[in-house]
Amino acid sequence: MKRGVMILVLFAAWSLTACGPSAGQTESAIPVFETGVDPEAWALVPAGEFYEGQFAHEVTMDHDYEMMVTPVTNAQYAAYLNDALHEGWVKRIQGQVVGYYPGDVFRAYRHEFPIEAGDWLHVPLDEPGLRILEQGGSFEAKPEYANHPMVHVTWFGAKAFCEFYGWRLPTELEWERAARGDDDRPYPWGKDIGPGNANYYHSDDPFESIYGKQGDTTPVGFYNGGTYGGFETQDSPSPYGLYDMAGNVWQWMGNVYEYQHYRYMRGGSRMEYEPYLRVWARNNAGPDFHSSSVGFRCVRDLSE
Amino acid sequence: MIARRLRFLFGSTKGLVLAAIAMISLVTAFWGTLSGPMAEWGVRDVVVRVTGMDLDPAEREGRIIMLYHCIAMAVVAIEVYLITGALAMRAYWRTVINATVTVGYMSAMIFGLIFGYFGHNWIFHGLFIFGQCLMFFSGVLLCVALWPWREEFRIQDPDYAHTRGGVDLERVAFFTMAAATLASALFGAIPGAYFGNGFETFLAENVVRDPHKPVLQRAVIGHLHIMLSLIGVAITLLVGRWQDFKGTLHKIGMPLMIIGTIILSIGAWSVTVAEWAHVVIYIGSVPVLLCGLCFVIFSWDKLIRTGLRERGLTKGGAWQKVQALVRDPLRFGVGWQMVFMNFTVSFVGLFTAAKLEDIFRVWSHREERLLLTGHWHVLASLIATIILLYYADLAGLKGRVRKWSGWLIILGSDLAFAAVTVFEEKRLFVSEAAQQPVVDWTMILNEVGLGTVLVVLAALMIWRLVDLFRDQGRWVEEHAQTGLDADAPMTSIPLYPSPSETPQEVEV
Repeated sequence: MKRGVMILVLFAAWSLTACGPSAGQTESAIPVFETGVDPEAWALVPAGEFYEGQFAHEVTMDHDYEMMVTPVTNAQYAAYLNDALHEGWVKRIQGQVVGYYPGDVFRAYRHEFPIEAGDWLHVPLDEPGLRILEQGGSFEAKPEYANHPMVHVTWFGAKAFCEFYGWRLPTELEWERAARGDDDRPYPWGKDIGPGNANYYHSDDPFESIYGKQGDTTPVGFYNGGTYGGFETQDSPSPYGLYDMAGNVWQWMGNVYEYQHYRYMRGGSRMEYEPYLRVWARNNAGPDFHSSSVGFRCVRDLSE
Repeated sequence: MIARRLRFLFGSTKGLVLAAIAMISLVTAFWGTLSGPMAEWGVRDVVVRVTGMDLDPAEREGRIIMLYHCIAMAVVAIEVYLITGALAMRAYWRTVINATVTVGYMSAMIFGLIFGYFGHNWIFHGLFIFGQCLMFFSGVLLCVALWPWREEFRIQDPDYAHTRGGVDLERVAFFTMAAATLASALFGAIPGAYFGNGFETFLAENVVRDPHKPVLQRAVIGHLHIMLSLIGVAITLLVGRWQDFKGTLHKIGMPLMIIGTIILSIGAWSVTVAEWAHVVIYIGSVPVLLCGLCFVIFSWDKLIRTGLRERGLTKGGAWQKVQALVRDPLRFGVGWQMVFMNFTVSFVGLFTAAKLEDIFRVWSHREERLLLTGHWHVLASLIATIILLYYADLAGLKGRVRKWSGWLIILGSDLAFAAVTVFEEKRLFVSEAAQQPVVDWTMILNEVGLGTVLVVLAALMIWRLVDLFRDQGRWVEEHAQTGLDADAPMTSIPLYPSPSETPQEVEV
């Protein structure tokens, strides 16, 4: 009997310790790391032939372009919101930031949802996982998350951000070219993946000790060879010097495809196992979808 | 001495079933280290390093497909052994079919796994294909051996479903299943044959949202669904034979199974060309499931009646009936697993289909993918547990060991299936940001449940391995049996002229 009670007590104690806090709930103990990677930096991705997809088809990128070195951060998005609201680029309606989208051509294809012209959700301000605060009529990033990637932003919100500054979301081909370079590597930094390369499920980064195996977003540029709180990373940029092209957050792509309303994402996230961080791995959702593991980055054309 | 044991393992029905289960167990134990908790604990890295596995990230989908096929081939082989053991046929056919399917699954399994995971020697790939070809050929032989319209297979016993002319409808159901399996195999083989000529490997759950799927992709999607369904049909028929399914419910169930198998198969094949294929699949599923229901009602009613009779009762109260029902977990368990399947597979599938646009397509593709993957893993594992329960009975488990094994398989697997069902549907009740405790708990329960089943399986295999070292072990007794169980009539027409006599060939 005593042994049974003891086992039950041990099991209960273990159960309680197994249930850690979830991301966005206990933020007082969030470690703050400066990575030294500038989120305002851009990298040149040259035109040329490269290998696309899992089966390495040879394709040609016919133009040069620049891509943000890191995903857009909470600080960058908060600053954008202040400017965009001020200029009427977006609106604030009942706890949401919304903006106009001219709509997609709707073909009523199987499982296709109509994306009509009108105001669509950009950012849900009442979402607990959002890392942006509104104070005194303006937005600012939560200090401990300022250099983390912006999350809970819809495809509309990502597109509007880029276009506000005269940029755009990358196409899937542009993104893959930027992630892979000239060879057929499966990951932006090479053939193999380990916990020091990227933020993925059970990758043992310092945030997983707080939130469990799905962890939390890591600061952009975290996997640059630095050591953070005793956790050693390996410098893991893509061939063109882009960081976070695998893991951390899925990134919205700009493509709008016929016969479907889905928008595609690339790169994998902190919630995924390693295979979903391969450069050809895709995810998709409706353009009004938002999540704590989806962000974006922009590209700009050199001709502009 | 070794020769005698090899003759048992590869020359008797029970030996063949044991060998195939042992092969699956070894593959499961070894390849199970490459994913899930074993990968998280670092076991995968050690296994990969020590064995020299070559896990090219670009070839992951191809490897997984080969692994699925290697395990599926052994499962199909087990079902073939059980069919040739349970149904009347000439000894010549039984021997040829069993030999062909054995060489087939062994070749496909061994060389397929070596090719997939240890570098690409194309001779091994050829032997993988050769093995599958033999499997197909053994299926053709099985259809010939089962041909239900042959005179010697006609029956007049009023307890079993048959036509006015005496054609055994249960045999027709087996034959239909086998023929449909052969045709369905082509839907995978043809796209596979185009690999390298523009057709590329893919996992079906990865392309589920693509609006335009090429015809070969749709053929593969139809193939994988119908093959698993037909494996389910086969095991339903087999456990029916095991428990001597007969009477009114047999007469209702068998025509339903035949019609359902045909419609279901046509529906799955139609996926390649028709938008309405899903409607046909739904229509075909209904009679198949109803046949399963007929069997469960029969099985549980029989268990209750025989249980009460054993206690000297003609009628019993509710509690006495429950006690009678669950007194033998192996026999009760196969029916229970079929019922439980509805909660973790059928109802989940129907709910998903009904709410696809409103709920599941609003989620990200990764969430929907989890649901799809969990769905078919549960169904495949559930079928495996039914086979295991059946084999535990064939292996002669008795007394407490029988009860413990049976209940641990049932409770362990159902705990795992329930946990996976909650895991795959978690977005219905918890946000992504707050899901970690749900993920942790469901994964722990899943691992505890599956671990329990695997421990029982390992114990069973170790017991049989130890038994093989005994000169007069159980294997000697089983070797002497031509069919499955000399103690009871296993077929609607007796397997042997007289079940109590020494097994002989059916007179032709």
